[in-house]
Amino acid sequence: MSNNKIPTTTPRQSATFTQDVNSDIRRAAATGIYDIRGGGAKRKVPSFDDLLFMGASISRYPLEGYREKCDTNVTIGGLNASNPIELDIPITIAGMSFGALSGPAKEALGRGASMAGTSTTTGDGGMTPEERGHSDKLVYQYLPSRYGMNPDDLRKADAIEIVVGQGAKPGGGGMLLGQKISDRVADMRNLPKGIDQRSACRHPDWTGPDDLEIKILELREITGWKVPIYVKVAGARPYYDTTLAIKAGADAVVLDGMQGGTAATQDVFIEHVGQPTLAIVRPAVQALQDLGMHRKVQLILSGGIRSGADVAKAMALGADAVAIGTAALIALGDNDPKWEKEYNELGTTAGAYDDWHEGQDPAGITTQDPELMKRFDPIEGGRRLKNYLKVMTLEAQTIARACGKNHLHNLEPEDLVALTMEAAAMAKVPLAGTDWYPGKPGTGF
Amino acid sequence: MQTIDLSDVGLRETNKTLHAQAADTNQTQWEIINPRGSHAIACGLDAPIEVTVKGSTGYYCAGMNQQATVNIRGSAGPGTGENIMSGKIVIEGDASQYLGATGHGGLIVVKGNASSRCGISMKGVNIVVQGNIGHMSAFMGQSGNLVVCGDAGDALGDSCYEAQFFVRGSVKSLGADCEKKEMRDEHLTLLQGLLDEAGIDADPKDFTRYGSARNLYNFDVDNAGAY
Repeated sequence: MSNNKIPTTTPRQSATFTQDVNSDIRRAAATGIYDIRGGGAKRKVPSFDDLLFMGASISRYPLEGYREKCDTNVTIGGLNASNPIELDIPITIAGMSFGALSGPAKEALGRGASMAGTSTTTGDGGMTPEERGHSDKLVYQYLPSRYGMNPDDLRKADAIEIVVGQGAKPGGGGMLLGQKISDRVADMRNLPKGIDQRSACRHPDWTGPDDLEIKILELREITGWKVPIYVKVAGARPYYDTTLAIKAGADAVVLDGMQGGTAATQDVFIEHVGQPTLAIVRPAVQALQDLGMHRKVQLILSGGIRSGADVAKAMALGADAVAIGTAALIALGDNDPKWEKEYNELGTTAGAYDDWHEGQDPAGITTQDPELMKRFDPIEGGRRLKNYLKVMTLEAQTIARACGKNHLHNLEPEDLVALTMEAAAMAKVPLAGTDWYPGKPGTGF
Repeated sequence: MQTIDLSDVGLRETNKTLHAQAADTNQTQWEIINPRGSHAIACGLDAPIEVTVKGSTGYYCAGMNQQATVNIRGSAGPGTGENIMSGKIVIEGDASQYLGATGHGGLIVVKGNASSRCGISMKGVNIVVQGNIGHMSAFMGQSGNLVVCGDAGDALGDSCYEAQFFVRGSVKSLGADCEKKEMRDEHLTLLQGLLDEAGIDADPKDFTRYGSARNLYNFDVDNAGAY
């Protein structure tokens, strides 16, 4: 009996059929239904992490940190509204629905945003008293479903945001599962308790940019031309969508990239439809510039904004403000490792929990379960959000001062370089160490 | 009677004047002349006044109406009475698409026909159409009643929730999860009341009721083909 055992190769995982892919296949085979989740695109896409600021040098001198002024305020909607929105910081809270979020969570968003001097936004499901009561500046989303939509709330809003699309699902609607439909949610949405509530993918009473212009006229007439009207679009065709929104008369364009995470939809939708936030900002700014409307119609960028560095990079590329959703939920306490045991029981782990639509959130934020909601303190949550917004602002100011800018809006593409060819092409800033980017005019590429 | 010449005063001043009327105003009767198909006429009203538009209107006339009665002595453009909360809209002619879209309450009466997507996503409004309605009407209708004295087009009540549809004539086809329902006494009473309020002489017994089969209320993959 010889002892010459045939050598085996080490087990080799497929780059095509990864463990993630295989688990998706097994889940689909077992359930017969696609996976629905929140959390935005989890695949690695070109992002603001692929950009760097150069900072000051002999040819640029910096401003003294903490001593020299670096303003952060922004006015939104001065073009047509008699009462434009004045924000102390250019970081706003994105729309998230009551129903998806608990009442206390909405209250905390209002508290935190107000303390930081910025706005928060309603969502599908209408305006709640706690949100209106705790938000100094509240943007009222006008969505295809029109759940909870009424003119009294419309007139209470400080701005109106017509939602055409969301970065997580350009062209997609939504569904709030029956287990999250409490009596209160059902009442606000004029539907029976416990049934799935579908949100339409397009508006019921207008189609296309010409209709949108008339819809904006109607909303302005109803609100006496007082408040700004935003148009929110997903990062699908940013140049044309921004152009058409401006043509329709929007005061501000909210542009949402595919990392936008608080919308629940099919995993396949999140990962395969839409464009990264980095890729959409320059075409949108180009549209504004081509129409002579840059800084007149404001551009609010969202989708995976996490830090003051992201804010500063968005500003440098031409945005007037940003909006945060997922980051705000994390600041409130979502996905906190202190709930790890319960995340494990749900088959996930802190940081990866994305089934916000199912209403079982251990942190008590994305739920309508009265017991889970008790875990969340809206006052403490508001304080945490305020702190986070302040830190982001300080970070962005730090970078702006280092670039010699006395206002965040004075940051410009010239302050940036890119670490990758892809980021250079998307942001239209030079690849680090060169004066070139793909597609640069006059370079023949 | 207060008369506003829209072509002279302009839309903004017209609506501003109507919006300024308080709940206890003595000026309860208004007429708007020369509308010339303008959009957003008399939208956002919130007072117990009666406004008569003498001519045809464009998009969103009487949109989001509360309390007021708006009479359109002509035909009405798309989205007339969208998101109406209360009050009454009477259209003497035909109504274009999206009539009463997402309406939460009140009554809309059409003396002529209504186009496609009549009552789309209705949330409590009552709509009575003396003529016919177009395709995809009451799509995703949540609550309220749509009464059709003539015929209904394709896909009536597609994906509807608890809205009810009463049709006297034919229905070209029913939408997903919409089915014919039994007409019980309470429905005959309800329908008679709606017809009376709309000023239409018709016998409720000649109508057929339709509504949700409630098979799509909770997602089931085996129903995927129906969505």
